[in-house]
Amino acid sequence: MQFTINGKPTSVDADPRTSLLDLLRDHLHLFGAKKGCNQGACGACTVLVDGGQRILSCLALAAQYDGREITTIEGLADEHGLHPLQDAFIEHDGFQCGYCTPGQICSAIGMIAELERGVPSHVTNDIASKHIPLSSDELRERMSGNLCRCGAYNGIVGAITDTYAEAVK
Amino acid sequence: MTPFTYARAHDVAEAIKLAGTSAAKYLGGGTNLVDLMRETIERPTSLIDVTGLSSAIEEQADGSWLIGAAATNTAVAEHPVIRQCFPVLTRAIVAGASAQIRNMATVGGNLLQRTRCVYFYDDDGSRCNKRQPGQGCDAINGFNRMHAILGASDQCVATHPSDMCVALSALGAEVHLESTAGKRVVPLTDFHRPPGDQPQIETLLQPGELITSVGLPPLPFGKQSTYRKVRDRASYAFALVSVAAAVDVAGERIKDLRLALGGVATKPWRAWKLEQTLRGRRASVANFQSAIDAELADAKPLSDNAFKIDLTRRAVVAVLSELTGVSA
Repeated sequence: MQFTINGKPTSVDADPRTSLLDLLRDHLHLFGAKKGCNQGACGACTVLVDGGQRILSCLALAAQYDGREITTIEGLADEHGLHPLQDAFIEHDGFQCGYCTPGQICSAIGMIAELERGVPSHVTNDIASKHIPLSSDELRERMSGNLCRCGAYNGIVGAITDTYAEAVK
Repeated sequence: MTPFTYARAHDVAEAIKLAGTSAAKYLGGGTNLVDLMRETIERPTSLIDVTGLSSAIEEQADGSWLIGAAATNTAVAEHPVIRQCFPVLTRAIVAGASAQIRNMATVGGNLLQRTRCVYFYDDDGSRCNKRQPGQGCDAINGFNRMHAILGASDQCVATHPSDMCVALSALGAEVHLESTAGKRVVPLTDFHRPPGDQPQIETLLQPGELITSVGLPPLPFGKQSTYRKVRDRASYAFALVSVAAAVDVAGERIKDLRLALGGVATKPWRAWKLEQTLRGRRASVANFQSAIDAELADAKPLSDNAFKIDLTRRAVVAVLSELTGVSA
């Protein structure tokens, strides 16, 4: 199988049973994406596919993503430093134990792309409208697939709001 | 997981040919199937990935809309025409799962989702007629708060988990199928089977038959439609009760309507009796109540889920009131 992982072409041999999460962690030693529930309930394994679509790597068979681009938390920082959302999580205490954090951050980046594209959510009143502001209700609903057992939600919401308040008005 | 081979299909003919044996399964987003394989409840010997087949959402010459089975939940929910002409479908989709799962899950896979009955999942310690035909059902006398009050049998009381299918049922969707025997189109309301004495057979799909697309016939009053879901959490939970409805109001009368229920039945439950009772009648809370009472006349509550009867009544009256402008 051939992937582009965090910008690098990567070739891996793996059994068809291998999930994308196990491929990242066990075969490529990228331990950022976490195995929380391994059944699609917690969001700790969230990664970005093909430039920003958020998916759960635990429910994805690696073989299905052969040929695609995968971005994990390890791929967000660049030579200038951390991704602005990573800085904001530190600034806002958006975590305690940190286990859900890579999934939260990847998920939030995917969420903003969906919002900018005008994807409606369960709490969107006018679903015909493509302009959806990032209200607190929208943010919480759209991030509901990422659980934080430490309960750092206020910090997480603060970090995301701060980072994207200007972008999504 | 038990071992399997994996292959990608590039067109429908190739998918059907690759599937061949009955131990093969078509793979969509994998959000349900991969989980069931990990639990060894599903044990296919080969997976045919059909996510590369048609995901187009296109208007047909007769004014209907055809959704390729590989379209993701997100793609359907965000499509401008679906949002405008069939808002019930967008609302149902975004009421289900999480954004990450909606980005992966496909329309074809959604139709084939299996129940989240805890006894179905518990293959180490529970009996389940769906998992092991003839074994018995531990839900009927067990913890059955989430289970069905409509359409159940003495073999199975598991609910169908989909939100999307409830909207598709209300909209009179058609399921397009293809196999080596040819093509056929079946109404979504017939696609899922009630459990009866064979709860392990959940749809009318034949071995190797593939869902290629789902059709939405024209429904001018589809614009006046919505979906309401009642669940234990505000987000990311399966329905206790859900209502998909579209209503055509002329003056004070209900000229026509479509209504389907989720979370309460063994399949997406089209409320035919309610529709028949209300069609042509005046829009009023009293009429909504007698119509849902007609629909629920056959409801059979279990030890823990009688609350669903009242919850369904209230949810249906609230939705019909909202759509007709009657104050509840």
